[in-house]
Amino acid sequence: MTERSLPADGASLEAPSAGRGRVSSGFGRYLFKHVSGAAVSLLLVLFSSFFIFRLIAGDPIDQLTKERPVSAEQRAAMRAELGLDRPLWQQFWDYIAGTLTMDLGESFQYRRPIFDLIVERLPATLLLSGTGMVLAVLLGFWIGTRSGWKQGSRFDKGHVATGLVLYSAPTFWLGMIVILIFARYLGLFPVNGMRSPSTPPDFWSQAVDIGHHLVLPVLTYTAVVYAGYLMIMRSSILDELGSDYLTTARAKGLRDDEVRQRHAVPNALLPTVTLVFLALGSVVNGSIVTETVFSWPGLGTLFVNSIFYPDRPVLQALFVLFSSSTILAVLCAEILYWFIDPRIRRS
Amino acid sequence: MTLLEFKDLHVTYRGSRGRLPAVRGVDLRVDAGETLGIAGESGCGKSTLAMAVLRLLPKSAEVSGEILLDGEDLLKMGWGRLRAVRWTGASIVFQGAMHSLNAVQRIGRQIAEPILVHEAKTTPAAAAKRAEALLERVGLPPSRARSFPHELSGGQRQRVMIAMALACDPDLIIADEATTALDVMVQAQVLRLISDLVTERGVGLVMISHDLSVLSAVCDRAAVMYAGRIVEEGPAHEVFAHARHPYSAALGAAFPVIGDPAARMNPGGLAGDPPDPARLPQGCSFRPRCAVAVERCGAESPELLEVGSARVSACFVAQEGMPVVL
Repeated sequence: MTERSLPADGASLEAPSAGRGRVSSGFGRYLFKHVSGAAVSLLLVLFSSFFIFRLIAGDPIDQLTKERPVSAEQRAAMRAELGLDRPLWQQFWDYIAGTLTMDLGESFQYRRPIFDLIVERLPATLLLSGTGMVLAVLLGFWIGTRSGWKQGSRFDKGHVATGLVLYSAPTFWLGMIVILIFARYLGLFPVNGMRSPSTPPDFWSQAVDIGHHLVLPVLTYTAVVYAGYLMIMRSSILDELGSDYLTTARAKGLRDDEVRQRHAVPNALLPTVTLVFLALGSVVNGSIVTETVFSWPGLGTLFVNSIFYPDRPVLQALFVLFSSSTILAVLCAEILYWFIDPRIRRS
Repeated sequence: MTLLEFKDLHVTYRGSRGRLPAVRGVDLRVDAGETLGIAGESGCGKSTLAMAVLRLLPKSAEVSGEILLDGEDLLKMGWGRLRAVRWTGASIVFQGAMHSLNAVQRIGRQIAEPILVHEAKTTPAAAAKRAEALLERVGLPPSRARSFPHELSGGQRQRVMIAMALACDPDLIIADEATTALDVMVQAQVLRLISDLVTERGVGLVMISHDLSVLSAVCDRAAVMYAGRIVEEGPAHEVFAHARHPYSAALGAAFPVIGDPAARMNPGGLAGDPPDPARLPQGCSFRPRCAVAVERCGAESPELLEVGSARVSACFVAQEGMPVVL
């Protein structure tokens, strides 16, 4: 008798905790789905990066010797030194193992570990495109919200036209115009690099100097990309405009700007979260063209130099880095949606 | 005492097809504590009328005439005064509560919002307390304040809308198809809740619906709208039981009588469609669908005239004292 009643008691005790478990396993399943998706993408990137650059770049020894007369022994020695004489599957295994342990191999061009090259140049890129991206998103969203809210107004028409002209301008051309006006004619800002050699080494002088060098590249970068965020936010607001909940908010006696900021903007921001995270992911690959125009010592310039050399191991490593940062950023966006959009938790 | 009065109200939408008259000269009044039902099929202008009260119509709408709320003309108010009157003088229970609530805000906050907007002295904590009390009054547990709209059923959402409409103790509540999307059982509960609140707080109620059974259950008086005009008005029960306009009669006949197999198998329909507001027929706008029309109906448009005690009708046939049903 007692034995029979026990399982029943146990079941009734378990009921509430099972309810709680279901909620967390909902998030667990959601997380697992997206993390495993991201892992598959990362593996594909890892594989394709190894083969793509072997297929398109040709024999690295030919490119390194640049058609100079080289004896067969010398070529064999170079091959051995670069590890190219070993079977492909072994090279592949070394590459996978190396990438996973952060040992990215050595650059043909600089004869230095690629990991060090990237670590050296990453801060410059993060500074330039990070600043530019934050400014572009803030500016684009701020203008886009007001543009969409007053669709067809002079503010809207003017900003959409300006934004689209800048968006369609080639970056290198806009960069040159900016250099011409602000550096050449007005002489306000330096054109080249990230710091001047003559600056005293103390922290504040260095910071001011870098900030001074940063203005023109950031200006160019922001001017080119902000219109994308403007248009997305504008259309997102336009989608909300006729909504009934905005009529409710107006009927409650809220001011027009309160209706916009408290009700329309939070709803309109939801679909833009993925976009913002995509932007954050692309902060790492930054703006290759802007860095080149302003000789900014970042990953973009490294990438361009490596294409010209061609420096296959560096290209390979940068390809993996750029792709994985985007994949991880999108993964973060998916996870964030769970918390900010209450409707996702239900489906 | 008159609470709300429409005086010769016209609403015209300017659109790509030209000017569309949606409301064409409506005179109507609601006394304090009284319940008025407005019936009519889709597109007759009844929702436009409701939205006109708080001036929530889109910019493309031209409004003329007078809307007096407590003697004050809403159409002449400045924006500041209008915002102050919104939700404190009159509030609206919107149709389709899913879309009328903000999907990403907890409902407690949405109910408390108008309190904080209109009562500068109230603290957020006090407003939240009142929101919970309102939820309790409409039969929802106060803990629901922390829910998002999608976590509630259709009936619960409609209750939330009602709680929200009560937040600032308005003198007038306008319920625009408030129970249309609900199933019959929930509809009955919500209707009882609305009737109870009206008696309890003595507020005026304007109830808009195409469902006559809903209106006759709740309202003291009823007005029937057709093509932007009131065609009949009188005590609710009288209007639906003994219509004095052929359109009200057809509207009543469209609902089968429960327990009468003949009516169930053959609900009386009304042939034809409501007129295109851009091309209204000459004379009485109901004439093309009317079974009892006489020659005069094609020539002049009938005025709303008295056809009995406290009853008016805009039908020449009814005004002659003839039956409006064949």
